[in-house]
Order: sequence, then structure tokens, then C-alpha cells
Amino acid sequence: MLRFILSRLASTVPVLLVVSITVFLVLRLAPGDPAAVIGGSNATTEDIAAIRQSLGLDKSLLQQFLIFIGNLLHGDLGRSYYFNKPVATLIAERVGPTLSIASGTMLFAVAVAVPMGTLAAWRMGGWVDRLVMGFSVLGFSVPVFVVAYLLIMPLSLKLGWLPVQGYVPTSDGLQAWASHLVLPWIALGTVYVALLARVTRASVSEALTEDYIRTARAKGVSQTAVLFRHALVNAAVPIVTVVGIGVSLLIGGVVVTETVFAIPGLGSMTVEAVLNRDFPVIQGVVLFFAFANVAINLLVDLCYLALDPRIRY
Amino acid sequence: MSPVLRKLLRHPSVSLSCAVLMVLLVIALGAPWLHTIDPAAMDYMNVNQPPGTHAVVTLADGRDQARTYLLGTDTYGRDIYSRIVFGTRVSLMVGMVCAVMSLCLGSLLGMLAGYFRIADALLMRIMDGLMAIPAILLAITLVAVLGASLPTVIVAIAIPEVPRVTRLVRSLVLTLRDEPFVEAARSLATPTPVILLRHILPNAIAPLIVQGTFIAASAVLTEAVLSFLGLGLPPEVATWGNVMADGRVNFSEQPGHVLYPVLLLVPAVLAINLLGDGLRDVLDPKFNRRKG
Repeated sequence: MLRFILSRLASTVPVLLVVSITVFLVLRLAPGDPAAVIGGSNATTEDIAAIRQSLGLDKSLLQQFLIFIGNLLHGDLGRSYYFNKPVATLIAERVGPTLSIASGTMLFAVAVAVPMGTLAAWRMGGWVDRLVMGFSVLGFSVPVFVVAYLLIMPLSLKLGWLPVQGYVPTSDGLQAWASHLVLPWIALGTVYVALLARVTRASVSEALTEDYIRTARAKGVSQTAVLFRHALVNAAVPIVTVVGIGVSLLIGGVVVTETVFAIPGLGSMTVEAVLNRDFPVIQGVVLFFAFANVAINLLVDLCYLALDPRIRY
Repeated sequence: MSPVLRKLLRHPSVSLSCAVLMVLLVIALGAPWLHTIDPAAMDYMNVNQPPGTHAVVTLADGRDQARTYLLGTDTYGRDIYSRIVFGTRVSLMVGMVCAVMSLCLGSLLGMLAGYFRIADALLMRIMDGLMAIPAILLAITLVAVLGASLPTVIVAIAIPEVPRVTRLVRSLVLTLRDEPFVEAARSLATPTPVILLRHILPNAIAPLIVQGTFIAASAVLTEAVLSFLGLGLPPEVATWGNVMADGRVNFSEQPGHVLYPVLLLVPAVLAINLLGDGLRDVLDPKFNRRKG
């Protein structure tokens, strides 16, 4: 058990290293001299040389990379050109809204998609099944921001039930917090529901063909218990796997959702950083999201141990 | 007609999606003749107009031209209908070129990883790392670094798809490399590149076509998302995403400006996705069973 956890942890090291090298190299491909950008148009050649030296840009690429990794291990993600603040501080300031959106979306999606997929599997080929499958194809084909606008139009603009945009922290009251996030959760959740419902249906329908289901039915176990206690539990591992795979999709969607709903999280910070050509912030956020993605998938792998007692490492 | 082709055309979702895609192709190719005007022409006297607005515009050569803005005008007074029709060209091109590009690059890397043990470990670690970076973020970063133009946007959307293709091709090569026909070729001293291209690749083509359609669908969506965020093609280029991005400004008064491009975008993506599902059913029954 401990050995499995340790070896699984060790396997993330090369992934994180490749992520760091990729992000480091890609951002150094950028045309233009960051020192000249920071110096502004009035900087003299000496000023720019001094800035280059202070940023370590006069060193070789390998030296720069080693310094970058060293700083990264100390939690130092560099300094924003635009805000003139440490990137780590900026991330800490804006991670709250992003976590609120991501966790809410995930809960919403699991709560909707798992029963949906289970019902579809139970009545395979029936109208519920067709509806679920139709929705899951459609959910993949509509961009997040379109779903967002289709929700904003009636619910916020016409009826005024929910705020159109913005974010309030939980300290201003849970109700206000949630009312600003309901639409982002649903908008972003749609594609996730589409993905999860499809996998749940496939996984549960496979479990339903097993012998223990026939035995349970023969014993007279009720239909709901067969479905949820026997089939769904045995179908859980693929479903959880897809929850993990979907995190990458979710992070991409967060960027769009935060922009549509003007939520000051990490996603909108990424977009602003690109528009400001604030490369240290882009680098920091991409690294943060990639590391988060790896960490969540690690947790998902550890969940297998809890979900399936047959899995013993 | 070959039996596979007949089976394909009989498949309801394949025939339906092919029909939708043909219509889109006609729109893209015939854009100048579909009652459109120059999608970049601005009319400052008529900005943010609702659908069906009539206007008389004085052209550069002094003549007056009567226009009807079928879907209204955007914040620069450009004709939204023309921009959406011309935008079809960009979207279809991005979808197709991204799919072909990531398939080619992914196949090459996948064959190297599957056939050469030394390359395998290194290449697959790199692919794992690339896959850990969410696709849209990688695309955004690449566009930020390379600058926004049609070729760079296509490259930025295609690169995050490469690792998935590489994995697929690698797994196919690993099963095919020990097949008797490959062993026979090897024992006849066939050069390795010939084995890979003549004997292995053709047997991997069906799953690759299926994967390619899914990449095309996601590329069309990603291009729209990038433009919508203001990080894709420059705003003056007529694309569906740019029309929607411009519509954001005035959403409460003219919600249609964000939503009209959806009338082509969603059918396009839906059709490509359904085509992929259909192709998978017909061409690749094994893959289908694996995925459930």
C-alpha cells in the first residue's frame, strides 16, 4: 500500500519535469526582449543591460533553467512584469474563485451525470437512454460560453433571478456567493455531465450483464438496490477515472467561464496576462494548473484503493 | 461500390452528418456569391444595428449602394451575416488542417515510440508531460508566444492533440509489430521505414480516421473559444469566434450577435462528432467495444 503510494508519487516526477521544461522553453521562444519590455521606451542600453542582469537573462539557457527549477522548488514563480508582484502572491489572491467554480462544477456534474447515466443503462435503448445519449453528444458540441449566454439571457436578463456577472467571496454570505456561481456551475458543468453520463452508462450497462446482478435479482433484491448498490458500485472505477481525465477539460473551461462571468479567478488572470504579454504570470498559471491536474489524477488513482477492495498493491 | 462504403452511407448518423458538412462546404466555397458583402467593410453610420436593417452606403468610388444587413451589424458596422458566412471558411480550414497536422505528427512519433524501444521511454514521458498541461492553456500559451495569425493558431491548436494520437498509434504499432506479416517483411530484409509505412500504417488507418474527426471537431470549438477570448485570430478576421467576441460588448441589447454564429458552429461540430461516432461503428468495431 505504502509502496504503491510512493511509487505512484515518484511517477509524477518525470511528468512534472517535462511540464516545467516545456513551459520554460516555450516562453523563452517569445520574440522580443523581456528586459526591453520592463524597461519601457525611455530605457537606455545600460538600463536594459542592468535589467537583463537582474533577471538573469545574461546567463546561458541551462543556467537559467537550473535557477528556474531551483526557484520553483522554493515556491518562487517569478515576478509579474505588469503588477510588479510575485506571481505566487497573485495566484494565491485569485485561486479562491477558481476553486469555488471548479469544485462546484464537479459536484454538480457528478450529482447529475451519475444518476442520468445509470438510468440510461438501466433502460438501454429506451427514450431515457436516447435522451441522455443525445444530450451527451450535444454537450460536446456546444462551447461553454454559448451555454453560459443561453442561461444568462432568460435567467439573469429577462427574469432577473440571478446576477449576470461578478463574484463575491464566501465571507459576504454563502447565499450571495452561491447565487453568483450557480450559472457558472451549470454552464461549465454541461460538457462535464456529457462526458460523465456517457461513461457511467457504458460502465453500468457492462456491470449489469454480470452474474452477481442476476443472482441479486433472483434473490429478490429491489430494482433500485440492484442498480445503485450492486451495479453502480462495481462501475465506479471507470467513472472516477473519467472524473480525473476530465479535470484538464474543466481547467480549460474555467478560463472561458471566468471571462464570460467576469469572475476574478486564475482563468481570467491568464487571459489578462496574455493580453498584457506578462510572461511570468502565464508561466506561473500554466505550471499551477498542470501541477493541479497531476495532483488530482494522483488522488484519483488512490481512490481506486477505497473503491475496489480487490485492488491491492 | 465497396461494402465498407455502402455500410457507411447506410449508417444514419454518417449520412446525416455528411449532408450537413456538404452544406457547410458549399457555404464556405460559395461565400462571395451568397448575398454577402466584404466581411471587413465598416459602416460607421450603422453600428450595432438589429437584423434586417436597411442602409444606403456611399462606397469609396462615390457610388451609393443599398444594403440590407440580414443579421444586423457589429460594433464597427460590419455585416454580421457576411462575417458568419465567410467565417465558415476559417472554421472548416482550422478543423481539417489541425486534424491532418496532429495525425501526421502523432503518427510519426507513435511509430517511432512503438517500433524503437530506445525512443519509446523518452518520447512517452514527453507526451505524458504535454498531456498534463490542459489543451486550451497550452494553445493560449503558444498563441501568446508565437503571435496570432492563421498558421500559428492552427499550430497552437494542433500541438496539444499530438500526444493522444501518439499514444494511439504507439499502442497500434505495439500490437501490429509482432503480426506474422510484419515478421515476414522483416525476414525479407525490408527496410524499417518501408515496414512502418507500407505494412503497419495502413493497418492503423481506420482508428486514425476516427481520431481525426474528433480532433477536427475539438479544433473548430477551440478556435472559436480562442477568438472569443480575444486570444485567437486578429479581431478583423471574419471568424465565428470573433463575431461572438464582438457581440459580448452589446449582449444585453443585441443577444443575437453572440448567438447567430452558433447556428452554424453547433451543427458543424455536431456533424463532425456524429461522423466520428458513425465511422467508429463501421470502421473500427474493436475500438468501439473497448470504449463501450
